[in-house]
Amino acid sequence: MFGFGILSGVTFLPLVGVAFLLTQKGDDEASLRNIRWATLATTLATFALSLFIWSGFDQTSAAFQFVEEKSWLGSGLVYKMGVDGFSMPFVLLTTFLMPFAILASWDSIQKRVKAYMIAFLVLETLMVGVFCALDIVLFYLFFEGGLIPMFLIIGIWGGKRRVYASFKFFLYTLVGSLLMLIAILAMYGKAGTTDITVLLKTDFPKDMQTWLWLAFFASFAVKMPMWPVHTWLPDAHVEAPTAGSVILAAILLKMGGYGFIRFSLPMFPDASTHFAPLIYALSVIAIVYTSLVALVQEDIKKLIAYSSVAHMGYVTMGLFTLNAQGMQGAIFQMISHGFVSGALFLCVGVIYDRMHTREIAAYGGLVNRMPIYAFVFMLFTMANVGLPGTTGFIGEFLSLAGTFQANSWVALIATSGVIFSAAYALYLYRRVIFGVLDKASLMNIADLTPREIAIFAPLVLITIYYGVQPQAILNATQASVDNLIQTHTALIDAVKLAAAGQ
Amino acid sequence: MIYAIVFLPLVGFLIAGAFGRWIGARASEFVTTSLLMVCAVLSWIVFFDVALGHNHGYAPILGNWMTVGALKVDWALQVDTLTAVMLVVVNTVSSLVHLYSVGYMHEDPDRPRFFAYLSLFTFAMLMLVTANNLVQMFFGWEGVGLASYLLIGFWYQKPSANAAAIKAFVVNRVGDFGFALGIFLVFQLTKSLTFDEVFAAVPGLEGEKIHAFGLNVDALTLAAFLLFIGAMGKSAQFFLHTWLPDAMEGPTPVSALIHAATMVTAGVFMVARLSPIFEYAPAALAFVTIIGAATAFFAATVGLVQNDIKRVIAYSTCSQLGYMFVAEGVGAYSLGIFHLFTHAFFKALLFLGAGSVIHAMHHEQDMRNMGGLRKDIPFTFAMMTIGTLALTGFPFTAGYFSKDAIIEAAFAVGEHRTTAMIGFVSTVVAAGLTSYYSWRLVFMTFFGHRHAHPVAESHAEDEPAAADAHNHSHDDHGHHAPHESPLAMLIPLAVLAVGALGAGYVFEPDFVGHAYTEFWKGAIFTGAHNEVLHEMHAIPAWAAYAPTAMMVLGFLIALYVYVLKPGTAQALARTFPRLYQFLLNKWYFDELYDFLFVRPAFALGRLFWKGGDGAIIDGLGPDGVAARVADGARFAVRLETGYLYHYAFAMLIGVAAVATYFIAGGLR
Repeated sequence: MFGFGILSGVTFLPLVGVAFLLTQKGDDEASLRNIRWATLATTLATFALSLFIWSGFDQTSAAFQFVEEKSWLGSGLVYKMGVDGFSMPFVLLTTFLMPFAILASWDSIQKRVKAYMIAFLVLETLMVGVFCALDIVLFYLFFEGGLIPMFLIIGIWGGKRRVYASFKFFLYTLVGSLLMLIAILAMYGKAGTTDITVLLKTDFPKDMQTWLWLAFFASFAVKMPMWPVHTWLPDAHVEAPTAGSVILAAILLKMGGYGFIRFSLPMFPDASTHFAPLIYALSVIAIVYTSLVALVQEDIKKLIAYSSVAHMGYVTMGLFTLNAQGMQGAIFQMISHGFVSGALFLCVGVIYDRMHTREIAAYGGLVNRMPIYAFVFMLFTMANVGLPGTTGFIGEFLSLAGTFQANSWVALIATSGVIFSAAYALYLYRRVIFGVLDKASLMNIADLTPREIAIFAPLVLITIYYGVQPQAILNATQASVDNLIQTHTALIDAVKLAAAGQ
Repeated sequence: MIYAIVFLPLVGFLIAGAFGRWIGARASEFVTTSLLMVCAVLSWIVFFDVALGHNHGYAPILGNWMTVGALKVDWALQVDTLTAVMLVVVNTVSSLVHLYSVGYMHEDPDRPRFFAYLSLFTFAMLMLVTANNLVQMFFGWEGVGLASYLLIGFWYQKPSANAAAIKAFVVNRVGDFGFALGIFLVFQLTKSLTFDEVFAAVPGLEGEKIHAFGLNVDALTLAAFLLFIGAMGKSAQFFLHTWLPDAMEGPTPVSALIHAATMVTAGVFMVARLSPIFEYAPAALAFVTIIGAATAFFAATVGLVQNDIKRVIAYSTCSQLGYMFVAEGVGAYSLGIFHLFTHAFFKALLFLGAGSVIHAMHHEQDMRNMGGLRKDIPFTFAMMTIGTLALTGFPFTAGYFSKDAIIEAAFAVGEHRTTAMIGFVSTVVAAGLTSYYSWRLVFMTFFGHRHAHPVAESHAEDEPAAADAHNHSHDDHGHHAPHESPLAMLIPLAVLAVGALGAGYVFEPDFVGHAYTEFWKGAIFTGAHNEVLHEMHAIPAWAAYAPTAMMVLGFLIALYVYVLKPGTAQALARTFPRLYQFLLNKWYFDELYDFLFVRPAFALGRLFWKGGDGAIIDGLGPDGVAARVADGARFAVRLETGYLYHYAFAMLIGVAAVATYFIAGGLR
């Protein structure tokens, strides 16, 4: 297709939009409108194009599909793209959510609109690139490069403490990514290639696996984020503009989980088995600890940010169970969290745009004037606490069912999260939505506009649809998950056999 | 037909919920109520076909829900006798409550929302009882929890209603926590979650040990125990009961439907449905018996002294649910379901009757402000009396057949099992207490003299939100004239009264008598040595007459205390102030839980937030590092995105390093 494959097309199409935006000069209303519509059109076109990936994807195969390869930077390094069951859903999730991010910024961003839209389109390219890259250096470039537009978005269009937030993010990420870079170099030294498909088949010695695993873990744990390296997330969320929070929660956080599935688990199986207890421990601490912290938050966005950390705990826990329910549940949980947390941040954005505060205490009784908003917020609150019939339930249920088979104690503590999540989510809802509307500032607050309803309607439908019929997503990941589990089991058995033979 | 029964309420919910604002309250009421009427009629047809007829049931699969590895879950509508009984109970009571609400809620501006919630609840409850697997059951289980949360908090301007709604949801989640773990364990043991497959695998697992939670325990006992925790939450059993009395903050029809007749009995239904598991887990059954016995006794004692008419009935419900679990704990599952069936009639009757009283009193709920109402609202009085007779087990009313039978069954099994004997003692005592508090309610409400308190005043204290909606009506009606309710409310009372009188006599042979086998058709499993339904007829006469004697005793004491010698109650309270306060404050469970769980949770949250995240993690991590490099970095802070350049620079160095490495590698 046009000399390049569909994956490159989806990845770089947003840059075409950027090129167009660069030609737009002027600050008047008309050109601002052009900029907004052009950006929206670009993201919609990207999503439409990405649907071809979905329709052409062979669910029965665990192999990489739509593979493209070009040499690049001399020997060893190649530009290689491809998707399998692990990455395809995330590509779709990214392209699906971008139009919502643009729509959510429609009226709320009035300053440097062009730069803002360019940042988002570049971010889209880099995020899709992360999930498509089949060369580890290419992956690294996309993975780390994606942070630059996010820094800009938080740093320029963010709240009052944006510098502190970016700085915190910077410190955490720097340590993680430097370690990962060293690990990548070491892997190249050992395997002689940076091709992920080859690396997946490479046997790394056991000691080396341990160090490589830890180096990658440093980067992914920050990105997830896992306890105790999660403290950048609440600050980043609080300072980011609404659309920044949506993308941060819905997609950037998933890169950590994706990294675990793409690299840590298949490439370092011994180390993954060895460190599984560490992951379990950090996961259950995250679930209980951050849920309790969420209970006492006074800022709506911070509360949802902490709730995200708790939900990511289910993901890491499920991934390292290495059984079908746990892993598929974890991946589903990531997708579901993309919809649900994205929608929750959009919900916060709705009232932030009206009142310019995120203080829970500034609200109360909104249902009296905003019944549609109350309904939408209730639905996503329920999806967040994992009510059956929403996507939130499928991910939580499957990952917990998988965990129970791996370790009953971990499952016991993690399941207690269903109590805590109900407590903090409903307590938030009560304080914001229910009660008497007696605050003078809220007397004229308006319900959702048609544009806002148009944003939420697809998310509402998709949250319920995939909650009742999740199989479309589960099928996409199934072959890859089964393949990983089989390979892993075979490898571990071989190690055991070798140990027994000695 | 079963499709219609289950999905018509969903249709009603969607219509009233989505379009209620446009089509108006009257149309929403009409649509939801008439759809539920259709459901109720169809349910009785199914009941006659499957339970009383010869149809062995069916289970159409609607489609796959999820399949992951061995875990395969379908959406299905399984109908057997047990389901048919529940269909009849749920849809009959629900349709009557819909009708009743047309009258009861007629002043409320949010009626479309109310009827939408009622229909949503009904749909979730029907999904629960028609499940053919544990996960769909869990779907309905949480769905009714959601509907209950929404309906308890229906008057969302009342802080107490909001608090009660959250409490109900969270306490239920504690139960669901056990339920979920139970599901996971069942899946681990049997590699399936579909009832048929699980039940087929259970006998092979008898006596099998499992290593879980650091213990080496009997696998089926642990599974049954965990699943029962779910039942304890939903059915408000001892330790997890605290949400039910508070749930009375919701409108009274809700209390009748959800918190008396249907949702709270879901736990009883669950144990009966899972009888093939519980039968192989005697230790878990003993636990069920003890919890049921404790609840029956505890709730009855608290019911003795409550003054809010709805709370008395709520504690009564709690206590009666305890009876049902005692029945199931001693192996008489069908008897538990039979009591569920009869209880639905007379308890819904009592609640709706109480609603009629409250309606007549312009939303007064404190019985101390009532009295002498039998002349003002004679029909309601008659209905409440029928309900009370049935509840206390007056001969040949519904309660006489089901409740007294439970006490007999407990005694029969008690002869060779200690826990069952505890169940017997506790239920006999509770029978006396039940009779006392039930007649106390009738006497305080309908006899004696009106304590003409200014109604509007206490009204405003109790229900500020409702007060808004109802203020105008007071002006219309005048203040001090209790009035009989409209027909829409009286007809449901009459229908339920028929059930409360006759349901026991008519259906006793089917549920627990000679037609047992033809009726249940294997829907309830009993082990080879489970002979409780026969043994209960061979107990000594004194044990068989004990409950009736207790009923009479309770009645006489109540008669003496409240009618023949008014003032005795106050004197008793003064004589035993400690005991009175202990009971009035519900054994101090709320205070205890607040101290043990709620406060520590918030305190820990604050500690983790300020101490853990703030002082330790950030202090040692980014902030600490920041402090050290602050001087060197100060100029950068002034730049809007100063750190970005650092970052980009660091990355550039990284990329350069990689490129160099490769170029060097290429030369090698």
